[in-house]
Amino acid sequence: MLIVMLIPVILMVMFGFAISTEVNNINIAVVAPERTGAVKDVVGRIAHNDYFTFYGYIDQDQIDKKLRSGKVSVVAVFASNFDRRMEQISAGLPSKPVIQFIVDASNVNTASASIAYLQSILPGTASQQAMFETRMLFNPQMKSAYNFVPGIMGLIFILVCAIMTSVSIVREKEVGTMEVLLVSPVRPVKIVFAKMIPYFVISCVILVMILLLAHYLLDVPMSGGVWGIFSLSLLYLFLSLSLGLLISTVTKTQVAALLISAMVMLVPVLLLSGIIFPIENFPKFFELLSNIIPARWYIAAIRKMMIQGAALAAVWKEGTVLLGMTAVFIGVSLKKFNDKLE
Amino acid sequence: MSKTVISVRNLTKRFGNFTAVNNISFDVYRGEIFGFLGANGAGKTTAMRMLCGLSYPTSGSGTVAGFDITREGEMIKRHIGYMSQRFSLYNDLTVGENIKLFAAIYGLSKQNTGKRTDELLDRLNFSSERNTLVGSLPLGWKQKLAFAIATVHRPEVVFLDEPTSGVDPITRRQFWEMIYEAAEGGTTIFVTTHYMDEAEYCSRVSIMVDGEVRALDTPARLQQQFAAESMNEVFRTLARDAERGE
Repeated sequence: MLIVMLIPVILMVMFGFAISTEVNNINIAVVAPERTGAVKDVVGRIAHNDYFTFYGYIDQDQIDKKLRSGKVSVVAVFASNFDRRMEQISAGLPSKPVIQFIVDASNVNTASASIAYLQSILPGTASQQAMFETRMLFNPQMKSAYNFVPGIMGLIFILVCAIMTSVSIVREKEVGTMEVLLVSPVRPVKIVFAKMIPYFVISCVILVMILLLAHYLLDVPMSGGVWGIFSLSLLYLFLSLSLGLLISTVTKTQVAALLISAMVMLVPVLLLSGIIFPIENFPKFFELLSNIIPARWYIAAIRKMMIQGAALAAVWKEGTVLLGMTAVFIGVSLKKFNDKLE
Repeated sequence: MSKTVISVRNLTKRFGNFTAVNNISFDVYRGEIFGFLGANGAGKTTAMRMLCGLSYPTSGSGTVAGFDITREGEMIKRHIGYMSQRFSLYNDLTVGENIKLFAAIYGLSKQNTGKRTDELLDRLNFSSERNTLVGSLPLGWKQKLAFAIATVHRPEVVFLDEPTSGVDPITRRQFWEMIYEAAEGGTTIFVTTHYMDEAEYCSRVSIMVDGEVRALDTPARLQQQFAAESMNEVFRTLARDAERGE
């Protein structure tokens, strides 16, 4: 009952305030050989803009690392002799671009929004517009497939593993066969794992299918290495299975299991994991909330590995979080499962 | 006196402040049909769960098939059969597959499984239904099959939790014939039931009220003791004093 009343409120608040396809809090770093007044002026404009968060000055050789790790989404590189060239431009003389924006385009939404904002921030005339150029990293053609493939993966595995597993275990309870199995010499843990295996196998097949489709049909690069993506996905599958187990221990009927899965998992996963709406834009509260959504971590890591070419080692933080969550889910549900026998 | 199969001493189970089973003691002998009666909420199910190794007693002790109920739950599970109140075979498997599944769960070898399957089907006159989906059988047949499957590993004791609820009188009659047959073969039957006429089929009957065993004897002697015409009357006399509601 509470859930029924609560869900509309949460949805309203989330859609109304928290979630917008508008992009803000874009992290931007600056590379400037000379920090002259004119450079500082431009940097100041960007830093004071609400849409951007100024990350700081970095060195040329850090650009790739910062972008790849996701610390910044845009790097503005100022040309040397910036002041002199600006004067040329003001005087109407032809000049090569003086600022290069290197944009992380793995998230297409964020990337195109950043460019649009930057264009409006920088001072004005048409000739001055010519003074900067943009370079799309990781996804030069701005393909949206790059954006949604990791999202779909994050969603599908939770669906297949968590929902199907929980429903199938709860069905045994509902039908009464679970009782008979519990009185049999088979250990409860064995029963539960036996129920999980088919869904695990199905998910593995789906995983292979998705990876093949993504690579050969949608040309998603997977530059971080297929094995890394595969092993992180296996961890995520395992996490989803244990989540399903957890749900099955707290519900008695299939309907309840489905409802909990849908209300407590599907909606937040869709809205808060960055599948549809960029997390950077969330107000603090929802950003914090999104931290407890496993899919968020998985999707972020997969994006990095598939598109930004990060290796498995580079997503150790996401990996650790997922591992920790799995441990908690397994621990709690096994405890609950045994308590029930008691 | 014949061999004791179930022996319970001062068995108690508390959930918080609520004492579901209060200090019960009784023995069940080999080949007996032991009726375990009580109104809903009297503590039958809790007591039975403790005997099946599904729940630990708060205090007291007991043995089932020679194994301690607190320490050897896993061994007990190997030596008992269990049939629940709700029909609990897999509807989407055939008769043969269900038998095979439970034979495997109870660790029968492949060879034995085949033999045992033929034997059970033969006894049930079910040989023609081997490849029929259990879901399409009438309820009475399902219950008989469930009982047969509960004895697939030739357990020493079979626990039946209201096995005949919702079954028509003719099938109930047939069902009890199966129970008799099993008991004659030396299997001990521990059965809970709502039907007082069924209580009269039992060798001995215990009646639980408010978590305690208030009466335990053969149906005939209980009727004598309570100066009652039938088990129904005995039960009513006892249940009248119950403090716990249904």
